[in-house]
Amino acid sequence: MGVFYFLAAFLLTRRLAKSIKGSVIYPKWKATLTYGGWGVMVVLGLSYTNLPDIARDIVGSLILLALLFYFNKEKDFQPQRAYLEAHLPLVAVGLITGAVHFIAPDFYTKYDEYFQFAALGAFIWIFGRWVTTRKQVEELRINAERRAELEILVKERTLELSKQKDDLEEAVKELKSTQAQLIQSEKMASLGELTAGIAHEIQNPLNFVNNFSEVSVELLDELKEEAKSGNAAEVISIADDLTQNLEKIIHHGKRADGIVKGMLQHSRASTGQKEPTDINVLADEYLRLAYHGLRAKDKSFNAELITHYDATLPKISMVPQDVGRVLLNLLTNAFYAVQQKRKTAGPDYKPTVELSTFALRPGGCQVSVKDNGTGIPENIKAKIMQPFFTTKPTGEGTGLGLSMSYDIIVKAHGGSLSINTQEGQYSEFVLTIP
Amino acid sequence: MVMKILVVDDEADVQPLFIQRFRKEIRNGEFEFSFALSGEEALGYLHQNHSEIVLILSDINMPGMSGIELLTRIRHEYDSPPPPVVMMITAYGDEENRRQAIDNGANDFLTKPLDFSLLKEKLKTLNK
Repeated sequence: MGVFYFLAAFLLTRRLAKSIKGSVIYPKWKATLTYGGWGVMVVLGLSYTNLPDIARDIVGSLILLALLFYFNKEKDFQPQRAYLEAHLPLVAVGLITGAVHFIAPDFYTKYDEYFQFAALGAFIWIFGRWVTTRKQVEELRINAERRAELEILVKERTLELSKQKDDLEEAVKELKSTQAQLIQSEKMASLGELTAGIAHEIQNPLNFVNNFSEVSVELLDELKEEAKSGNAAEVISIADDLTQNLEKIIHHGKRADGIVKGMLQHSRASTGQKEPTDINVLADEYLRLAYHGLRAKDKSFNAELITHYDATLPKISMVPQDVGRVLLNLLTNAFYAVQQKRKTAGPDYKPTVELSTFALRPGGCQVSVKDNGTGIPENIKAKIMQPFFTTKPTGEGTGLGLSMSYDIIVKAHGGSLSINTQEGQYSEFVLTIP
Repeated sequence: MVMKILVVDDEADVQPLFIQRFRKEIRNGEFEFSFALSGEEALGYLHQNHSEIVLILSDINMPGMSGIELLTRIRHEYDSPPPPVVMMITAYGDEENRRQAIDNGANDFLTKPLDFSLLKEKLKTLNK
């Protein structure tokens, strides 16, 4: 019975040593714990040989108690506190047993089995607590490990996300540059549409230049003959014709010149410079260009062109190339719509495109492009200004025309672009520039 | 006999050109030219003078009524023998256009810029 206390004290030192083995504090306590443990055994041996029974219990308990106090005070053994406390029942049993043995020996002898059971029970209690403490320590360790693992994972994820963010930023940059390319290619596509129209437009004036020149050469021969014959009146008459011819040559030459200039202006990257522009002239020019451009592609195409130009319109500040591009887009769309309708309409269908300009009070202009083509269904009307939206079959349209037009009129010029339409009947695009 | 010719083209300067080019012929009373600036105008003119016009020279590419449409209308409305000779003129001198013209009843097909000497040849053949 007495042995329990010494055994518990000895085991205490061994277990404490084991629990801190491998940690930084171990070297500090190694000696103390080892010597302490063996010291306890020495005392045990001594007490068994020299001390009476009674004293043994008490000495054992007191030694145990002393150890408990000592280790409890030390911060290094904080985690084992619960384990240290578990020894207290045994200490209590020991002291009580010793006291009872000392004060009432008969009572003690009568019930000494119970006291022994109590000591044994307290001893086992320590053991049980030891196991629990170990488990707790283990759990704490596992949690700490898990936390460390999680932190590594979080770091990894953060790194991944960082990288993804960088990748996305790169992708956005690329997309922006692709968008710029597409816009440029849309401009070039509209320029391509113009080219056929322009070629036709130029051909007519050039023909006149050639023809009037040729006929003038013939007339000069006639002139010489009449001069030789002395026919003054005829000479004058032919000379008049020659003057007229040359004037016509000048006129058509300038016409061709204007067309080329217009085309160059269109292809030149817009400087964004606003200048006072006659919208009637601009609209008419692009109307012809759009019409001939489409005719060059589809030779059977034909449409009635109705124009209403408001003569009171003053010059209005705008970027002519850009607004011209918008008009070209609207007109091309109008022609496309009537062309589509022509495929399904009866022989009485007269494709008509109407271009009107109005002066607005106090200032600004309104241009309307109206066609009696296929019209726009309600559900498409909402999407029609979106970039890349098109109802044309693949390869025929970039879907950028209207969205670019919207940007030019609304964003760059502070105007508006609106649509009136009835499906199957007509469409009208109205743009205003303040 | 004076050959009365109707020239249909939306370019107004075609008129002085023809008149100068056919100066001699006009003076000799071989040809007499009338001009219309559109298909509609041409039809209006024909409506009044159709028995006199023996040759119609029409541009194909015109705004409003195209030359082909005019051709078709002429073939339908003025087919009392002898039907007028119709020659189509166009800037787009490709096979497609030519075929379309011939299919719709044109007698001949010329391309711009007009070769007036060639035209004169053809007219002479007609007159015989």
